[in-house]
Amino acid sequence: MGVSILAIIYIIAAVTFIMGLKMMSNPASARKGNMIAGVGMVAAILGTIFLYRNPDGGLLQNHIWIFAAIAVGTLIGVMAAKKVKMTAMPEMVSLFNGLGGASATLISVIEFNHLADMGFPVDASSAGTLGIIFAGVILGNITFSGSIVAWGKLSGKFKDFAFKGQHIINLLLLGASIALAVFIISDLQADTTTMLFYVVFMLSLVYGIFFVLPIGGADMPVVISLLNSLSGLSAACGGFLYDNKVVFTGGILVGAAGTILTVLMCKAMNRSLVNVLIGSFGGGGKSTSTGEQGQHKEISLNDAAVVMSYANKVLIVPGYGLAVAQAQHACHELEKLLEAKGVQVKYAIHPVAGRMPGHMNVLLAEADVSYDKLLEMEQANEEFPTTDVVLILGANDVVNPAAKTDPGSPIYGMPILDVELAKNVIVNKRSMKPGYAGIENGLFFRPKTSMLFGDAKKALQDLCGEIKSL
Amino acid sequence: MEAVFHWISANEQMVYILILVIFLGFIIISRVPTVLHTPLMSHANAISGVVIIGAIIVMGRAASDNYVALILGFLAVLLGTINVVGGFVVTDRMLEMFKKKKT
Repeated sequence: MGVSILAIIYIIAAVTFIMGLKMMSNPASARKGNMIAGVGMVAAILGTIFLYRNPDGGLLQNHIWIFAAIAVGTLIGVMAAKKVKMTAMPEMVSLFNGLGGASATLISVIEFNHLADMGFPVDASSAGTLGIIFAGVILGNITFSGSIVAWGKLSGKFKDFAFKGQHIINLLLLGASIALAVFIISDLQADTTTMLFYVVFMLSLVYGIFFVLPIGGADMPVVISLLNSLSGLSAACGGFLYDNKVVFTGGILVGAAGTILTVLMCKAMNRSLVNVLIGSFGGGGKSTSTGEQGQHKEISLNDAAVVMSYANKVLIVPGYGLAVAQAQHACHELEKLLEAKGVQVKYAIHPVAGRMPGHMNVLLAEADVSYDKLLEMEQANEEFPTTDVVLILGANDVVNPAAKTDPGSPIYGMPILDVELAKNVIVNKRSMKPGYAGIENGLFFRPKTSMLFGDAKKALQDLCGEIKSL
Repeated sequence: MEAVFHWISANEQMVYILILVIFLGFIIISRVPTVLHTPLMSHANAISGVVIIGAIIVMGRAASDNYVALILGFLAVLLGTINVVGGFVVTDRMLEMFKKKKT
């Protein structure tokens, strides 16, 4: 009876995962979708603890340990999730993702030990099982170490790091892990099996580090999405090992969803996935000569306030600078002030602005900006010709004209926001330093452009002050 | 080669699930607007924490004197829980802000 009930719980849980993902496609239903999948997950977990039966018919033991781990994990998870600032969201997601990968690796290690205790019975099914164990270890480890590196890079703890021939070494590392795994499976009875297993373990861990380290700036969102997809696949390996269909379905679902999301993001940047992975975007320190650097001109706060107050339409282009400065509330304040003066204010959101797709949408939503005001790239590009002032807040690469004009530039071919079609462009930046991708931006030297230096939050607050006193 | 065929036929159900779910995942996600990409990633991330069920089974099966399995299993359940709980809560926090605002 209990086993049948558990099977039904698993089926319902799998359905909630699919429903949850589906409901994420609309802002109105997304939150409910997240909760439904959450309820399904809790049901599946509790069902497993109390109803699961081993092949020999026994119930699960060690309840105290299991509940202790769940209690501590819940406490840490809730604390971390509640405490994290909206601006640090990408790092947090990356870190959670890495922990999931580690969990999948640990399961594979335990199952390997289990097989080792049985002396590696030589038959087709144990070779297949071992193959899945290796897949779980390799995928789980890449997810874990890659996500930790991504977390460190996004939170500014690690720097980009690349050396010549790194891609070749990466390929060798991955190739060696897989070749070793195949070798071990081909001769299970060898004395070296256990030792080599841990060699594969280490190789894949190192591969994860080297895989993410050289990937720079603008490509980070793509990598996080890819790692998310890998963590799904590593979970699916765990599901396969226990012939557990809900874990398998959930894992594959995330793997497929993550893969397609990764491809969509690459498309948004007009680059192929291979190009992102071996392109070493911005990490290689390739300097591009734009040849058009000249004088930039500055604008005073007062002038900026006047230009914006008397405009008909202002489009704000937010970027990572807005996120670091926590300037989203000040930005909304400015929007309200300008609207009170009859100025139409909208936001132009580039698909990869910030460190994660939709990063800006989340930030602005936090500051109560209505999402009707957020224009996607195509809509925004239609509106720029009728716009009086474009205010760029800490965005750089997504408005760099080199993407259209300079075939030698690493971002050549990426669709950008055509801010130059507007009458005036005001750029707020902390300094003239190039953006995260390390590329000079010719936009800053154009006649239409004026620079407003300073931290985005402070500049916006001062701007609000000026507009009030006009 | 024969071993591979045999393995596939022995796991026929799983192979069916694999193929169908891949298509399902592709279709569901191709319709998500850019606005929701960050919460979507975070939501998918929470779902991938479903591996915790595997971790619970491992732990529940371990003999009470097999300390290696118990400790590794404990860690796996702990990390998996952080992934699941943190993932869902963070997603909820993000989505809470997407409520339609009146201006």
